[in-house]
Order: sequence, then structure tokens, then C-alpha cells
Amino acid sequence: MTAPLTITVNGQPRTVAASPWRRLLDVLREDLGLTGTKEGCGEGECGACTVLLDGAPVCSCLVVAGQADGRAVTTVEGLADGPLLHAVQRELVARGGAQCGICTPGIAVCAAAVVDAGACKGGDARAQVRELLAGNICRCTGYQLIVDAIVAAAADVERGQP
Amino acid sequence: MTAYLRPTDDAHAIALRAAHADYLVLAGGTDLLVAAHHKPVPVGILDIAGRFAGITVDAAGARIGAGTSWRAIATSAELAATWPILPAAAREVGALQIQTRGTIGGNLATSSPVGDGLPVLLALDATIHLASVRGARTVPYHQFCTGYRTTALGADELITAVTVPRPAPGTYLGWRKVGTRAAQSISKVMAACALEIVDGRIATARFGVGAVAARPIRAAAAEAAATGQPPTAAVAAAVAAALRHDITPIDDVRSTAAYRLEVAGNLLARFVTNAGRTQG
Repeated sequence: MTAPLTITVNGQPRTVAASPWRRLLDVLREDLGLTGTKEGCGEGECGACTVLLDGAPVCSCLVVAGQADGRAVTTVEGLADGPLLHAVQRELVARGGAQCGICTPGIAVCAAAVVDAGACKGGDARAQVRELLAGNICRCTGYQLIVDAIVAAAADVERGQP
Repeated sequence: MTAYLRPTDDAHAIALRAAHADYLVLAGGTDLLVAAHHKPVPVGILDIAGRFAGITVDAAGARIGAGTSWRAIATSAELAATWPILPAAAREVGALQIQTRGTIGGNLATSSPVGDGLPVLLALDATIHLASVRGARTVPYHQFCTGYRTTALGADELITAVTVPRPAPGTYLGWRKVGTRAAQSISKVMAACALEIVDGRIATARFGVGAVAARPIRAAAAEAAATGQPPTAAVAAAVAAALRHDITPIDDVRSTAAYRLEVAGNLLARFVTNAGRTQG
């Protein structure tokens, strides 16, 4: 038998008795009940299952549980600070940057990572969003309002507005 | 249950590889874990993510650890200064989520004919560094891919690094990926080149092409058509014509053989004319 896995999820150490071959996506959704993370394609193409692994955006369908053992995972449930939404979440809500909502958690997580890293500002902010979020596919919105929201969130973060 | 081993350092990884030749070696997993839940469960996993990582540049060239992520390559100012086609290709591997996890060594090991990082390594005349408990060895990259998804990697070996020499002065480097969209979509055709221009002629030509044969290949006939010639439109056309002897594109869900043949030739021809323009 393999020892249980310990994954720090949204700041809390969680112990999971899962096969190391089990997808992180399934560990999060089925074993830990964190259903905010969505499965779209299951092949790393659509980005709906994006979470942060040690702070870096990854497709949780392309990470197995063993790879997350001893590491920190942030899901969409961990973006907000209590009742205070992350700037990306707040701007997506304020600007209507969502439609059916399946891609939205992955977009929020990926955008939060790149905005918190200081990207998506300046004259080519929209182009940066288009490149850095190219791995998050939305089939409803046409992207304009999503890009608007992420650019606005990057400006909020730069101003120190949480 | 699947055994899971995470080595404590690079030497430990090599020792574990020798002891567990039947284990799945997993780096970023962006290729091997596609639809993992529908695949046979491996006996064991050797998790080498984070091992053999890092970029160093010196007078001889660049050394890129096999575990270096595409994101690290995409954002390396040192690589961009001398080998701009490496970061350019890295930025077109999947998208951010894939670049974060995927490694150059993984691209080499899975050796897909559509591996986005591979034509550039052919054009740059890369050398692959391998290690096992028996010792270390190097293989020129153009000899590393032996067939469809097969390589010269031994069952007890790990890829440790890729080295690329500094291009000779006056070398034109080119890279172009053609797919349905810039991000994520698997390429229809890829091409890279290193054209060393001396006294107005192409002294050395290396063309690396992908998605047009069972493996990423050097285009030998196209290289011969370019070598010793001036980078003119006539030579560009001759290079495109010669490429037909090098590649064996197929019809599949992403494109057709005819389209791939036409576009691959056009890409190489454009490299030659661009090189001519660069020389002004």
C-alpha cells in the first residue's frame, strides 16, 4: 500500500487515501467535494479545470494525485478572502464576464494567477490577456467581456485595490 | 496500488530508473496524462518533475536541463538574446497551463511527430544528454528520434539536458508553426531553420520540420538545395521543390497531405527569402 497523500488545498492540509494515478481533478471534485473546478475536455485543451499547483496554473485533468502530494493547490473556492472576492472575480461579476459558467472557474483561477504576478497591464494589456488566457476556452461569450474584466482586475490590483 | 517514487536529487532519479525500468517516468505529464483515467494503470510512477531543471548559458552555448518547463524557456531573456526561435517555439506550446508543466525533456522523450519544441532543436543542431547508472552519453538530436514515437533512449536512461551551440555570426534563425489557432491546437505543419550566410551565400543550411513525417526530421534534400546558393527567390523555390523528397505528410483529422506539402514548402521558401532580406 502507498501512504495516504497530503495536499494543502486552499491553505488547509488535506489527507486523501487516493491512488497516486487518480487525476487531481477527481480528487478535488469527488474526494474533497470541491466542485467549483469543472471538467470540460479532460485532455488539457479547454482550461476549465485550471487550478494553481504551487502557485502556477495547471490543468488538473493533466496532474495525477501523486504529483500533488506535499504540494499546495488553490482552486476557485480559495480565491476569495472570506466574503471579499478576488479582484478578478469581482470584475467578472461586475462586467458580466460569464455566460453558462462552465469555463468561469478556470478563467478566474488562471486570470488571478497572471494578474497577481503583475501581468495584463499597460498598452498591450488586452494582448497579454489573449496570450496568457489562450488556454481557457469559452464557447458562449465571445471573450470581450472576459478580457474587459481581467484588464480591469489587473488595474485594480495595481492600484492596491483587493 | 501503483507505487510512486519521487527522487530526492538527480543522481537518485538515475538510480531509481535503473532499479525500476518498468515504471512510467513522469515529468510534467502534459502528454502522458492526457485521458489518464482511460489508460492502463502503471505498475509504478517515477516522478522526476523538477529534476534536471535550469538554463545556463556560456561561451560555447546554452544548456537546458531536461526538466526545464516551456514557460521557463519562453521567458528566458538569455535564450531570447541568442536563440530567439527557442522562446518563440516555447510560447506556442499549448498555452500557459501546458507551458507551466510541460518540459523540453518530456517533448523529447514522448517524441511526437507534432512535438512543438522539436523542429527548432533540429535547426539549432542540438545535442541530447542522457544518463544512467552505466554512465553519461550524448546523442546528436538528428539521430535521437528513430521512428514514430521511438528514440535512442535506453530503458535505464533518463534525458538530463539539451545543449545548443551558439549560431555562427550571420546565421538567420526562423520558426513558424501553422495550426488552426495559435494556442492549444495541434500543429498542421511546423518548420525551423538555421541558415548561415557567408559572403552572400548560404554556407550551412539546417531545416527542421514537424508534422510532415513519422518523426521530426531534418530536410536533407532541401538543405542540399540551399547550400552554397545565394538566398534568392529562385533558390527559395528550388528548396521548396526539393523538400518533396524529404517529407511524407499524411491526410488526417487536422489537415491533408497536399496542404502540408504545399505549406511546408512555402515555409522553407519564406525562410530563404527572409534570410536574403536580413542580409540586405
